[in-house]
Amino acid sequence: MADAQDKILLEYQVPGDDFTRAGEASADLKARLKTLGFPAASVRKAAISLYEGEINLAIHAGGGKIRVELTPARIEMWLDDEGPGIPDIALAMSEGYSTAPDEVRSLGFGAGMGLPNMKKYTDEFEIASEVGRGTHIRMAVDIGPA
Amino acid sequence: MTVKQLCEACGFVPAFPLPDPDKEVSCGFCGDLLSWAMGRAGEGCAWCTVMGSVNAVAVASLADAAVLVLCHDAALMADAAARAQQQGINILLTGLPEFEAAVCIAKQLGL
Repeated sequence: MADAQDKILLEYQVPGDDFTRAGEASADLKARLKTLGFPAASVRKAAISLYEGEINLAIHAGGGKIRVELTPARIEMWLDDEGPGIPDIALAMSEGYSTAPDEVRSLGFGAGMGLPNMKKYTDEFEIASEVGRGTHIRMAVDIGPA
Repeated sequence: MTVKQLCEACGFVPAFPLPDPDKEVSCGFCGDLLSWAMGRAGEGCAWCTVMGSVNAVAVASLADAAVLVLCHDAALMADAAARAQQQGINILLTGLPEFEAAVCIAKQLGL
């Protein structure tokens, strides 16, 4: 990643309702970022925010697609699904608010911290959603010093 | 303090041979909600929890926890143990409640 023109594209498909596989994309991304020599703090931010996104795709959207673009300057991630959508994004962004079902909560999820964590651990966070059509999220982590 | 030293000092039991015994423990965290841990557990922490699932292992890995301390004799799932060994995540077992395990960890860290 020494050349500013370098760009790496990654794609992941997240299955719905499979919580044992949710996390594979973020684990793979983390391993790749470490191998490529990205700073540890940036790797941690990207891995945490992508994991939360993966879990949300599995819990709420019946799965979805993740695209990642790596450059020396930033890690940019897009999460797209065709799930039920979010009626009130402001409410969904508030800490502690969750619509996760009880069986998901029993696994330790559903604390209402997913979207807030994604925003907290990224330098740019955008979300758009339409009820009945799906949700689209763009997140970016700027590369800080090593 | 390393994970191995913490393990010996508090009487914890490795769930399997520690994959990274010399990893430094810098702080502690208690909690069972995974997103809560993901957002608040500090890097290099000893995470005290009763969640012995593959998802807890994923959170420990992604949040860069030094060690997952499974308290209250909570069960470590077979797939979680396998994933932890694959990803190099240290897991310690104890019958202590989370509070008492955390007290021991805090004392060892001089907190």
